[in-house]
Amino acid sequence: MTKHHQFDAIIVGGGGAGLEAALHASKSANVAVVTKLYPTRSHTGTAQGGIAAALGNMEPDSWEWHMYDTVKGGDYLVDQDAAEILARDAIDAIIELEHMGLPFDRTPDGKIEQRRFGGHTANFGEKAVMRACKAADRTGHMILQTLYQQCIKNKVNFFNEYFVTDIIVEDNVCRGVVAINVADSEVHLFHAKAVLIASGGFGKMFKVTSNAHTLTGDPVAAYYRRGLPLEDMEFFQFHPTGIYKLGILLSEAARGEGAIFINDKGERFMERYMPTLKDLAPRDICSRCIYEEVRAGRGIGGKDYVYMDFRPGTINKFKSGPGGRDVTREHLEKALPDILEFARVYMGIDPMKDPVPIQPTAHYAMGGIPTDADGRALADNTNVVTGLYAAGECACVSVHGANRLGTNSLVDLVVFGRRGGKAMADFCKPAGFAPLPITAAADTIAEFDRIRAGRGSERAAAIRADLQNMMTNYVGVFRNGPDMQKAVEGVRELKARFKNIKTDDTGKIFNTDVLETFELGCLLDLAEVTAAAALRRTETRGGHAREDFQERDDANWLNHSMAYRADDKRDAAVTRCDIRFENKPVTITKFQPKERKY
Amino acid sequence: MKVHLKIKRFNPEKDSKSWWGEYDVNVDPTDRVLDALHLVKWYQDGTFNVRRSCAHGVCGSDAVRINGQNRLACKVLIQDIVKNDGDTITVEPILGLPVIKDLIVDMEPFFDHYKSVMPYFVNDEALPADGRERLQNIADRERYDQGTKCILCACCTTSCPSFWLNDDYVGPAAVVQAHRFIFDSRDRAAEERLKILNEQMGVWRCRTAFNCTNACPREIPVTQLIGEVKKALATGEIR
Ligand SMILES: Cc1cc2nc3c(=O)[nH]c(=O)nc-3n(C[C@H](O)[C@H](O)[C@H](O)COP(=O)(O)OP(=O)(O)OC[C@H]3O[C@@H](n4cnc5c(N)ncnc54)[C@H](O)[C@@H]3O)c2cc1C
Ligand code: SF4
Ligand code: SF4
Ligand code: FES
Repeated sequence: MTKHHQFDAIIVGGGGAGLEAALHASKSANVAVVTKLYPTRSHTGTAQGGIAAALGNMEPDSWEWHMYDTVKGGDYLVDQDAAEILARDAIDAIIELEHMGLPFDRTPDGKIEQRRFGGHTANFGEKAVMRACKAADRTGHMILQTLYQQCIKNKVNFFNEYFVTDIIVEDNVCRGVVAINVADSEVHLFHAKAVLIASGGFGKMFKVTSNAHTLTGDPVAAYYRRGLPLEDMEFFQFHPTGIYKLGILLSEAARGEGAIFINDKGERFMERYMPTLKDLAPRDICSRCIYEEVRAGRGIGGKDYVYMDFRPGTINKFKSGPGGRDVTREHLEKALPDILEFARVYMGIDPMKDPVPIQPTAHYAMGGIPTDADGRALADNTNVVTGLYAAGECACVSVHGANRLGTNSLVDLVVFGRRGGKAMADFCKPAGFAPLPITAAADTIAEFDRIRAGRGSERAAAIRADLQNMMTNYVGVFRNGPDMQKAVEGVRELKARFKNIKTDDTGKIFNTDVLETFELGCLLDLAEVTAAAALRRTETRGGHAREDFQERDDANWLNHSMAYRADDKRDAAVTRCDIRFENKPVTITKFQPKERKY
Repeated sequence: MKVHLKIKRFNPEKDSKSWWGEYDVNVDPTDRVLDALHLVKWYQDGTFNVRRSCAHGVCGSDAVRINGQNRLACKVLIQDIVKNDGDTITVEPILGLPVIKDLIVDMEPFFDHYKSVMPYFVNDEALPADGRERLQNIADRERYDQGTKCILCACCTTSCPSFWLNDDYVGPAAVVQAHRFIFDSRDRAAEERLKILNEQMGVWRCRTAFNCTNACPREIPVTQLIGEVKKALATGEIR
C-alpha cells in the first residue's frame, strides 16, 4: 500500500545544503526532510579544509576579490551575478553559522581564524590570501553537526532512510516526490507545494574518487528522466591530492599550511608551471601538472603518482609555509589532525617522517540541476519548474563554472541552501497544493518490481566496476575524442547489460540489494550525459582538458551546456535514447574573460 | 590473500534466530574490513546487509563488532587484525540496540538519548552589535574541542556495560555531546543539561569501565569527559 504524506515543503537530502534550507524554510512553512541517510552520515561531514568568506580577520580581504577568484577559477564559465551573491552573502552566512555555535578555530584576539587555499588571492591575483574559515580539518563535519543540532532545536521533521526515487512534475508544476522506506520497502508519496533537491554529488561513476558509496545522484537522474535539463555535466573536478589508489582526500588545507608537490627528482615542480601561486594553484591545474610530470617520466619510480610532502623540514626549506614563515610539527598536528591520521591509517605512512603518495581523485560535480540564484530549478534556459528547487552540489547555479575553487562548495551550500529555503517558504505562503496524479507512484513501483524480479546473469557490482573503470580511464583528467566516444558507447552497452540484471534479495526489510541496483541505473544515466557532454565540447576549459582541443575557445564555447533526454518518455527507469544538447549563455557582469594564469 | 569471514546473519523475514554465515574472500592486506564485507555482498550473497557511506571513518555508519571489539569496518585494515592466509575475522552487530537485519541495528534509541541532552547551542543574548562573530579566546575554544570530534557512531554506547544492563541510561555518546556544549563559553544552557544528566538515567550510571574510551574511533577521551561532567555536578563549577 502506498502511504501518503502532505507537507508545504519537502527537502530531499540532509547534508549541508538540505539542512540549511530546512532551517530557513521551517521558519514559516511546514517542512520535512526526506533523506536516504541519517543526516549526520551525509558527505558534507567529510569536508575538511574550510569555507571561504572575505572576513578579513587575518589580513585585508574583500568580497570583490573573492568574486574575481571564483570567476577566474571557473575559467570564466561562472555566472557572475551568482558569483557576486556567493561572495557577498558568504560573510553573513559564516557569521550566522558562528552564531549557531559552530566551533571555528580562533585567532589570538578571539575572531574566526582563516587559512590559505588554492586559487584564493588578494587584490585580483597578486598573492595567496587567508580566506578559508575552518575548524581544524573537520570543517564540514562541524557544519553538518551544527546545522543538524539546530534542526533538532527547531523541531524539523525528518524521514531518515527514505530513498527518493522520483520527482512528481506535471504540466511543469512540481507536486512532490516518491520515496521508498528503506526499513520495509513501502512506497510513500510526499505531496508538497514545493520541493528542494539537495542530494549532493555523484562521483561514484568514477573508480578513484573521494566520494561516498552513496553519492549516486538518484534525484538528479530523476530530474533528467522527467525530461528536464542537466547543466554543464562535462565539468567534473579531479582533486590533485587523493591517497594513491584509494582516492581518499587529503585536503588542500595541507598545501595551505605549506605542503608541496615533489616529483621523482625531488623537484618542487609547480614552481615551473605556476610561478606565482605554485602549489596553491587551482585544482584543475595542479591535477594536470601532476599528470604532465608522470608523462615526462618524473612520477615516483616512473609510476603514475607523485608525492605530497608535509614534513616541516621540507616546508621550511622551500619557505612554503603561510607568509613564508617556518612551521613546526606541533602546529601541523594541530591544524591537520584528521588528514595526518588518514595517511597513517590507510597508507601506514607518517607524513611527519615521509612524503605521501598522491594521485588525482574524482571529487566534485560542477554541473547538475540548473537553478537561478534563488534555487529555482530551470525547465529550460529561462523558465522555472513551478515549486521545484535545488541547492548544493547537485545544483548548478552556476557559481563554479568549469572548475570549483576549494572552500567554495561549503559556501555554496550555506548561501544557496539558505536562499533556496527562504524562496520556497515564500512561495508556499500563497500557493496551494497542486493535485497529485493518481499514478504518481506507478513508475517507481514498476522499476522496483523489475529490479526485484531480476534473475538475469549480470551483477550490479560487475556493471558498476566496469562503468567506474571506463569513466576513470576515458573521461578523466585528460580527455580526447576517440576515448570519450568509447565511453559513450560503453555506457550504452552497460545499459543493455543492466536489462539482464540479477538480484538476490526478494525481501522487504533493508533490501539494499535492490536499492544499490537502482542507484547503479542512476549512475548509468548521469555517466552517459557526462561523457556525451564532454565529447561535444571541443575546447579545453577548467576541469575539462582535451588533448585534441588544447585551447579555450570563447568564440564557440563561452556558454553552458544543457542536456535533455531526446525522446518523449517520462518515467523513473534508465533512459535508452539519445541526448539533445542546447547552449545557455553565460552571465558576465564585472570581469571580461582573460587568459587564466597564476 | 584469503580471509575467512564469519558474519552474524539475521533476516527477520526468514529466520527465527541469528546464524553464522561463513565466507571466503580474496583481499589485499591493506584493504579495509568494509571492502571484504562488500565482496560478500556484491559477489556472494546480495541479501547480506551493512550500513556504510564514506568508507574512511568519518560518517559513523558502519560501527560493528569485529573480533569482539566495536570498530568502524572502514577504519580497520585486514592486515591490522589478520596474520596468516585463511585466518578468520568475526563480524557481528553492535550490542544493546535491536537488530533489524544482519549487521544493521535500530539507531533510533541511540539518537533519542542523544536528543534528550539538548545537543544544540543555546544563547539568546543580543548578538554582537557590529554584526560579527561572538569572540572566543583560543583557550576557551580548546576547552571543549574533544567532544566536537564525535561522529555519533555509537561505538562507545554499545560497548558500555551500564548501557547493556539498562538501555535507559543515556550512554557515553550523549554525555560527550552534552559536554561539548556545557564547556563552551558561548553557551548558556549548561545548567539545564547538567540537570538532565543528574537524573537517574544520567551520568551517574557510568561505572568508569573505560570500554567507551577504548572503542571510540575518533580517539575522544570519553571517560575523562564523563568525569568532568560528574565533577561539574559534584562541585557546581564548570571549569
Ligand atoms: C572528502 C571531501 C572533502 C571536501 N572538502 C571541502 C572543503 O574543505 N571545502 C568545501 O567547500 N568543499 C569541500 N568538499 C565539497 C563539499 O563537501 C560537498 O560538495 C558538499 O558537502 C555537498 O553537500 P550537499 O549538501 O550538496 O550534499 P551531501 O552532504 O552529500 O548530502 C546529500 C544528501 O542527500 C541525500 N540523498 C542523496 N540521494 C538521495 C535519495 N535518492 N533520496 C533521499 N535522499 C538522498 C543523502 O542522504 C544526503 O543527506 C569536500 C568534498 C569531499 C568529498
Ligand atoms: S566509562 Fe562509563 S560510559 Fe564508558 S563504558 Fe564505562 S560505564 Fe560506560
Ligand atoms: S564518542 Fe566516539 S565512539 Fe562515541 S559516538 Fe562519538 S565518535 Fe562514536
Ligand atoms: S562508512 Fe563512514 S565511517 Fe565507515
